[in-house]
Amino acid sequence: MIEFKLPSLGADMDEGTLLEWRVKPGDSVKRGQVLAVVDTSKAAVDVEVWNDGQVGALRVQPGEKIPVGAVLATLLEPGETAAPSVIAPRLAAVPSTSRHAVSPSARRRALELGIDPEAASGSGVQGSVTRADIETLARARPAPASDHLQAMRQAIAAAMSRSKREIPHYYLSETIPMDAATAWLQRHNAALPITERILPAVLQIKAVALALQRFPELNGFYRDGGFVPAVTVHAGVAISLRGGGLVAPALHDVAAKPLELLMQELADLVKRARAGSLRSSEMSDPSITITNLGEGGAESVFGVIYPPQVALVGFGSMGVRPWVQRGVPRAIPLVTATLAGDHRVSDGHRGALFLAELRDLLQRPDALAHSGPDSSTDTEGSLPWAANAKH
Amino acid sequence: MGSERQALIAPVLDILRAIAPEVEAGALDPAQPLRRQVDLDSMDWLNFLVGLHQKFGVTIAEADYTKLVCLNDVVDYLRARLA
Repeated sequence: MIEFKLPSLGADMDEGTLLEWRVKPGDSVKRGQVLAVVDTSKAAVDVEVWNDGQVGALRVQPGEKIPVGAVLATLLEPGETAAPSVIAPRLAAVPSTSRHAVSPSARRRALELGIDPEAASGSGVQGSVTRADIETLARARPAPASDHLQAMRQAIAAAMSRSKREIPHYYLSETIPMDAATAWLQRHNAALPITERILPAVLQIKAVALALQRFPELNGFYRDGGFVPAVTVHAGVAISLRGGGLVAPALHDVAAKPLELLMQELADLVKRARAGSLRSSEMSDPSITITNLGEGGAESVFGVIYPPQVALVGFGSMGVRPWVQRGVPRAIPLVTATLAGDHRVSDGHRGALFLAELRDLLQRPDALAHSGPDSSTDTEGSLPWAANAKH
Repeated sequence: MGSERQALIAPVLDILRAIAPEVEAGALDPAQPLRRQVDLDSMDWLNFLVGLHQKFGVTIAEADYTKLVCLNDVVDYLRARLA
């Protein structure tokens, strides 16, 4: 029997509220399938399963608060037969569907607003309640305080306090000329429709992933008193949320992916993060965080490492500033890249070499566009599998 | 000004609000930089331009991004290409 547990969804989340089940007892499920939606202070998280199997018993009902590590359901392994006495009563206990359906987004919004979603009249498919229906209902009555925002602020504070308490940070900064990268992007994008153009941030994220291949001590997790390097680079991308707060879900296997795909995935990730709908693997996988202040931001950012990660790379706002090349001052686009590193795992000397590697990679954008990982890498990351222990 | 202009402002604001729901139409000064008034990051800005492209069928060259600073610039840009 497999226990399907609530995985860790990041250092700032130790519990969640079950919003809905996507499966019922008896359903066959495939690895990677979303079985449940759990609300956290940052997003409604689609919780994926990491084994093939058949759903046995659902142990938690929608609306229940559950701690990380709690068993949400039991699964039968392929070939395993059910003990009928366990499964049968549970089948009978499946809630009837007489109540109208509520979309996960609507359910989450209702929870945020402290509204009973069943009280809303549904305008969606087959009378299902949509987010808009919840908003309509909310407008009809005075809004309560934004508890969700406050919960997120507390969660961020808890994670960052832990980081500052436990991680001996060191900080490095390097100015990187972006003239070559900018010119390459302009040429590349000029031939493309607006929907396929690549943002500078994507080049930067890809360069970080490639640079990390030579600096494994910056990519991984500090756990139980020791460092566990990650097998691939799952870059946690810091995304600010409208109305406040931020979340840093993973772009998976960055080093192996072409820029076009990374751009699509980044756009999708930003959209879903803002809509408050992320996958459990995106929350638990990041092996390093990258924060990019973008246009209009400050010149540099020195980040606070997100535990259990051991490094954070920050990019300030890119701007045309003076730069001396071969004794000649020129005005070119520059960006300040910073590294916050964990002294328990690495030191400033290696960190400086990493930033130099990052700088060099960004001078060769064509190579960035056409390079994959140094070596053939195992695509299985190290994290989410731990969450669903076999028994 | 003119009614042709006004007719463009409403759908442009709709696209903007799809990205930044907190935007209130009356609160924006069309002659001031949009991104000083609305918190839009690079991805938001790109999505805004993609929205304009999809709604109006206008091709926006990347080299033109820097011309689109204020709401007025956006409307003028659209008018010139829709004429």
